[in-house]
Amino acid sequence: MSGIGIQNATKLFGKTQALKGISIDIRDGEFMVLLGPSGCGKTTLLRCVAGLERLDGGNVRIGERDVTDLAPRHRNIAMVFQSYAVFPHMTVAGNIGFGLRMHRVPKAQVDTRVREGAELLGLSPFLERYPAQLSGGQRQRVAVARALVMDAPVLLMDEPLSNLDALLRLQARADLKRLHKEVKRTTIYVTHDQVEAMSMGDRIAVMREGSIEQIGAPMDIYDNPASQFVGGFIGSPPMNFLRGAVRDGNFAGEGFSVPMSRPRVDLQGREIVLGVRAEHITIGADGVPARVLVVEPLGSHALVTALVGKTAVKVQAPIDVGVRPDQAINLRFDEATVRWMDAGTGAAVQH
Amino acid sequence: MNARVLDRTLIYGIAVLLAVWVLIPFYIIAISAFTPQAKIFDYPKPLIPTTFSTETMQFFVDARGVIPSVLNSVLVAVFTIVFGLALGTPAGYALARFHFRGREAFQVIVLATKMFPIAILSIPLAVTFLQLGLYDNLVSVALVHTAMALPFIILVTGGVFVAVSHELEEAAQTLGCSRWGAFLRVALPLALPGLAAAAIFTFVVSWNEVFAATILTLRTRTLPAQVLAGLGTSPLGFKFAGGLFMALPAVVFIFMIRRYLINLWGSR
Amino acid sequence: MRARAEHVLPFTLLLPSVAFLALLIVIPMFQALLLAFVAEKGGFTLEHFQQMFGDVNFGDAWRNTLLLLLLIVPLQLVLALAMALLVNSRFRGYGFFLYIYAIPLAISDLAAGILWLAVFTERGYLNSALQSAGVIQQPILFLSFENFPGILSAIVIAESWRATAIVLLILVAGLQLIPRDYFEAADLFGADRIRRTIHVVLPLLRPSLQSALIIRTIFAFQTFAVVFALAGRNMPVLAGEAYVWYAGNRNEHLAATYAVLLLGLTACVTVIYLRVLGLREAEVQR
Repeated sequence: MSGIGIQNATKLFGKTQALKGISIDIRDGEFMVLLGPSGCGKTTLLRCVAGLERLDGGNVRIGERDVTDLAPRHRNIAMVFQSYAVFPHMTVAGNIGFGLRMHRVPKAQVDTRVREGAELLGLSPFLERYPAQLSGGQRQRVAVARALVMDAPVLLMDEPLSNLDALLRLQARADLKRLHKEVKRTTIYVTHDQVEAMSMGDRIAVMREGSIEQIGAPMDIYDNPASQFVGGFIGSPPMNFLRGAVRDGNFAGEGFSVPMSRPRVDLQGREIVLGVRAEHITIGADGVPARVLVVEPLGSHALVTALVGKTAVKVQAPIDVGVRPDQAINLRFDEATVRWMDAGTGAAVQH
Repeated sequence: MNARVLDRTLIYGIAVLLAVWVLIPFYIIAISAFTPQAKIFDYPKPLIPTTFSTETMQFFVDARGVIPSVLNSVLVAVFTIVFGLALGTPAGYALARFHFRGREAFQVIVLATKMFPIAILSIPLAVTFLQLGLYDNLVSVALVHTAMALPFIILVTGGVFVAVSHELEEAAQTLGCSRWGAFLRVALPLALPGLAAAAIFTFVVSWNEVFAATILTLRTRTLPAQVLAGLGTSPLGFKFAGGLFMALPAVVFIFMIRRYLINLWGSR
Repeated sequence: MRARAEHVLPFTLLLPSVAFLALLIVIPMFQALLLAFVAEKGGFTLEHFQQMFGDVNFGDAWRNTLLLLLLIVPLQLVLALAMALLVNSRFRGYGFFLYIYAIPLAISDLAAGILWLAVFTERGYLNSALQSAGVIQQPILFLSFENFPGILSAIVIAESWRATAIVLLILVAGLQLIPRDYFEAADLFGADRIRRTIHVVLPLLRPSLQSALIIRTIFAFQTFAVVFALAGRNMPVLAGEAYVWYAGNRNEHLAATYAVLLLGLTACVTVIYLRVLGLREAEVQR
């Protein structure tokens, strides 16, 4: 019923092109994450859906309606802002009920829905307090409650967790995910935090410089990044990249050579980049020679940084791996998970 | 340790000395205005008054034209506040919210008018107002006062709206307000204390202004115009009472807006 | 359509104030020029200027205005700088003292003149104090037309007392823009307070000092009510002459000629300051 369709959206700020012709289709009830570094246009895109910014080209559809030229209040959306934008001159109850009052919902009904909304987010004891008397986490929940009680089919969230401290963020992330399962609104969620994106999104749209680099389910994007940029942005640690060329069944670069069991005729002679995730590299008796730089024990596992030729590579090793800095080791890449990218464009090469 | 104490003493010593320099004339005008008529020419006068009387103040208040001129002053100030806020608030809001072409040019205009000797323009204005039948009219005085206060109002309201996050208005818009509705329900209530400060400062500007008020009126005098016109002829006691009368409200009002004073003259 | 409305909105909001200022500044300015340069029977004339230059009071008014300016402006800058630096040292209770120093901001030049009249008048409190202390036997006639230095000092004191507050606020605002690090850095390098002030604070405060200087100089040309309150007509000044010619002598042409002169002086001072001090627009805006 209320999917969102964005077609060929463009937006200019002066001479810089903030959105370069973006198209996405978001299904009804889907949780779509817009992920990217700051300045990639993700917030601009969200604001264009909200109607807070005007598109310079293209159109936005919510449900069956073209809303490109509608004011925010006519779009049937609810939004949670990065700063929460909780009104300081109204109580928690006043804040949560604000949108309902603006839509002339009868008073008794407003009260009921405010109480329900507060209940949903654990704000019931604070209804008569002013925002200045609340903690950051509580204010964030007021902003979410205020958006949810609107019963708008579309929920927009602009980095709603970025102002919370790390521990609270973990809790709030789980809460938001639970809420989405309960209320099933079509959601667009903007973040620069790839962990948030991975854990919450039904799908993720990775954005870069005003364009969408890749759209897909989190694990799909994680396993098959469409480009070097996506592989480097998603995952912690980011994907490892080695630059080189395929010659005589080997992938060889500056100071290293990786044997290939399955010859790839299509890659022969090309300047390419090998991408491999830290957990797909094992330290063993044979393989590509490397020199350990740093060992970081992280509790569940150890992160080993080693030099392959001149490139630093991160390896996820068992916590009892027992290597020391400067030690010479051998690395084996899990060939099934290795991805190849064009060295010039960074785009993944189909396999 | 000793050097520190010396340092402290020096700082407070100078601070108190400067404060005394600022406050002494207030003390003297107060004891002068409350000296009984008969003792005004006593000499030498004691620095700590022995008699206290409201006789001089009473004489001033009862003098012809004083009460009407006070009312006129208040009216002009109120008109000025209404005109000034009506014109200046939108401009301050625009400066705070938009990055439009010509923004810098507008700021230069505001700055230039802040320094421009507008009162001097009352002379040609008086001729124009005479032709238009607006001479000797409180509204015309208020118009000149508005021009004098407007740059300050724009600066203060601009600062006030910058302090009210734009996201609050956007949130209101996503919750069902029009742009105007969001301004009325969210930005305006939050800006109110700052706007009140701007209004108070406008009052002080208007209440204190002499030149335009004197040039532009003949019979409908404001208080300063009334006092100025009578300077040559009125007795000392009348002047002292008038001085105190003009100074007091302004001092009280400046106290009310002390937090905003630095914005008025300092920043852009 | 709506996109265009968004672009127009800021200009719509600015238009009323710009139009109003234009109406109340540009039009009277032309009117002033007309009154000053057009003869009663029509046609361009310098007659009003000749009349102004030839007036008995013109020379005195001109001299007095300049004299007041040269005495008042530096005095105010020094006084305000002392107050501002003191306040900026953030000693305990500095906010209270800042407020006290700012109080005269609320006082009109007329009221300031009357306040100091109570001090300087023949049987006023200064003479009373001096006599009680045995310094003088007879009251001094500070404000007599025969005592020019007396009148001048009284006016300089009253006007400095009043308008120092404006300079103070400009300087305090300027000092606030200087990061506190600068002061601490200066401490680290062993600069004592005076050297720190000269080598670190003053250069950083230059833009504020300059705009204070311009604003005060321009306002000094408009000095008139404080002079009237203390000296009556014994001490003509330019703005006072404009007032007298208009309100007293009912000659709007000559009054407007004085107004044009004052406008011209204002423009000259601004240009000279901008040139001499090498001020850039960005600095004026501070």
